[in-house]
Amino acid sequence: MSRFRNAVVTAALLGLAGLAMAQSPNYPGVGRGATPKEVAKWDIDVRPDFKGLPAGSGSVAKGQDVWEAKCAHCHGVFGESNEVFSPLVGGTSAEDIKTGRVANLSRSDYPGRTTLMKVPTLSTLWDYINRAMPWTNPKTLTTEEVYAVTAFLLNLANVVPDDFVLSDKNMAQVQARMPNRNGVTTQHAMWPGNEFGGTAKPDTANTICMKDCKPEAKVASFLPDFARNAHGNLQEQNRIVGQQRGADTTKPEPKAGMVVASAAPVVVAKLDNSEAKAAMALLNKYSCTACHGIDKKIVGPGFNEVAKKQAGKADYLVSKIRAGGVGVYGQIPMPPQSLPEADAKQIAEWISKGAGK
Amino acid sequence: MKEDSIHSGRVQKAPENFLTPRGIKEVFVQGQKGRRDFIRSAFAAAAAGAAAPMAMAQGNPLPIEGGDTNILNLPEHATGLGQGVAVEGYGKPSKFEANLQRRQSPGLTQTTQSSVSFAPLQSLFGIVTPSGLHFERHHQGWWDIDPSKHRFMINGMVKKNMVFTLDEIMRLPSVSRFHFIECGANTAVDWGNVAVPTVQYTHGMLSCSEFTGVPLMTLLELAGADLKNGKFVLAEGGDGSAMTRTIPMSLITSGEVIVAYGQNGEMLRPENGYPLRLVVPGVQGVSWVKYLRRIEVGDKPYAAKDEAVHYMDLQPGGLHRQYTNIQECKSVVTTPSGGQVLLDKGFYNITGLAWSGKGKIKRVDVSTDGGRNWRQARLETPVLSKALSRFNLDWVWDGKPAIIQSRAQDETGFVQPTYPQLRAVRGTRSIYHNNAIQSWLVQENGEVKNVQVS
Repeated sequence: MSRFRNAVVTAALLGLAGLAMAQSPNYPGVGRGATPKEVAKWDIDVRPDFKGLPAGSGSVAKGQDVWEAKCAHCHGVFGESNEVFSPLVGGTSAEDIKTGRVANLSRSDYPGRTTLMKVPTLSTLWDYINRAMPWTNPKTLTTEEVYAVTAFLLNLANVVPDDFVLSDKNMAQVQARMPNRNGVTTQHAMWPGNEFGGTAKPDTANTICMKDCKPEAKVASFLPDFARNAHGNLQEQNRIVGQQRGADTTKPEPKAGMVVASAAPVVVAKLDNSEAKAAMALLNKYSCTACHGIDKKIVGPGFNEVAKKQAGKADYLVSKIRAGGVGVYGQIPMPPQSLPEADAKQIAEWISKGAGK
Repeated sequence: MKEDSIHSGRVQKAPENFLTPRGIKEVFVQGQKGRRDFIRSAFAAAAAGAAAPMAMAQGNPLPIEGGDTNILNLPEHATGLGQGVAVEGYGKPSKFEANLQRRQSPGLTQTTQSSVSFAPLQSLFGIVTPSGLHFERHHQGWWDIDPSKHRFMINGMVKKNMVFTLDEIMRLPSVSRFHFIECGANTAVDWGNVAVPTVQYTHGMLSCSEFTGVPLMTLLELAGADLKNGKFVLAEGGDGSAMTRTIPMSLITSGEVIVAYGQNGEMLRPENGYPLRLVVPGVQGVSWVKYLRRIEVGDKPYAAKDEAVHYMDLQPGGLHRQYTNIQECKSVVTTPSGGQVLLDKGFYNITGLAWSGKGKIKRVDVSTDGGRNWRQARLETPVLSKALSRFNLDWVWDGKPAIIQSRAQDETGFVQPTYPQLRAVRGTRSIYHNNAIQSWLVQENGEVKNVQVS
């Protein structure tokens, strides 16, 4: 292998013994040392003790600007949106900030669980926003923007005041105000090791009984009739031969007598519309489907709705895709999309012809 | 007939052998009118007279023409020339199998890129999930990554931070092992009550493959990892979501954790992490980081997003259990199961899957009366540690309502819990790690429903 030979030669010539010798003698030629530059680029994780946190700061005010430009269209202006993801903020109180336990989590009637209700560690928010947000353009925020957005979220939950500037210097103090910081336990049997000092004993202890085990079973829960076809026709979701068929859920359940399962094979017709296929591949490629359903509204209108309104207007649609817009279908803005004109055109033509599958 | 007396497979006399000539004539006449209930009663009458061992109708009664047209009229495929080799460079399933698809559960998620598709367990055999039907869970969409450009890094508490190419990883001594992967949220929707109709949607975030790769331990040794103080390892993905999860070093030093590139004899599928993913046997799927780009050795856990916001199990009283990773012993009957229709009374092979994140399955019992009486099922080979195991049980359905359940025990002695037992300790809002015994109600009309029993 020439690369291996080169490495040895280079090491010998320059005295860079580390390059060749740090490799295990068992597997010569496999792997090389990572450069500090490479490690710095990839090693971005931040631990609860803030190991890995880069120096920097960001204000609540700056965070609001970043939020409205890059986050609000999925998460809502106040982090309350339930359109795409679960709400981030809500359900925490001043008392929770004092105790470190979110009281609403103990209420079975409380409707939801927001991120701020659950997350015990501030590092988690910073790390996740930094590595994976914005959802369609992850790892594009600056360090200042990550601090700022984190600060803005904390401000929405009243953890920090309006004029707060979050920084690597005060993260630990803010951690001490996290509403659910005392709300987690590792004392259970579901961690595969003893690192947390949990128990090895599972929390349930069923036994093997074989005869007359308990009073006759009563059916306590089943799907209501109106949900019969909610997952599509189950006949088309089972094999056409075998010891059973799928139930035809497009028809009401027969109330009496044995169902004579259809002997005729039912196989779902496969998509065979190459124009639609190509358009949909582009929709996926450019993450259009993150905000627009094919036939349902998500954040923006469904493509079927756009098709109805803009039938035949391919050129108009190309310009709207590339320039963005607001107000035609609602008040949530669509940011300008930077995709090649040819691709935008292909998508626009497909929409203008009805956005069919 | 006592069900317990049935142990062998399906051996039945042809129906005409236990029908009287008059019965046969009546069957023909009624058969033309499509009245299969009548056929059944005719058989029953015959059986009562002759004390035949099986009194039920067959699905293929003798047609009035004196023979099955599928036999009598030779089809095109028996009288013509078939297709040549390599018409499909990569073969596909029969067109008649198109109903078997991984599917989304309507209304579960708002986008397809942060979503899940469920494997069609109701129609699968054995223990291996066909790679194209493997369940999917993506947090930020999936990619098809050029393997020649993918890099794998090890850093942290190691003697030397290292970088590997796929070429290099694939040169190292490899292992191939069968393991199940189950999402921690599998069966989550049924914690409180029945919410979905079929086993695809209740249990379909479950798959099993033969994975090929290098034990992570080999790579950590190459980098000179500090195994004494480095009690935790962070695994990180190379895609947009850059998934991170904390893995205990004790699991890695056992040699079980694999940096895998192979799946069922070929490379991983893109939806499953091509070209590199972590395999963490017995642990929930979210830890099997896809598009694996980096391993960091550290002395403390990392509280990643999916360890500190999601994948925490809410307990009654409001406390969350954090770092709940093990998939405890669980099983499910896949046939008969919800949304299916039994064709007729008579013999059936009850079949299903059992698995445990703590080792091998030791036994599976099956009840057809809602848990009052149980029979031990046959465990089919192979029975492997932290892999799916297939079980089968002979059953003669008498046409009366039946509630079918399975109950697995693993080699640690742990027995799969009932819903009441699980809810007594964890409540109903825990979302994750629902391993309760599943109930399917076979109704008199042959339709099978997802139910829960008190």
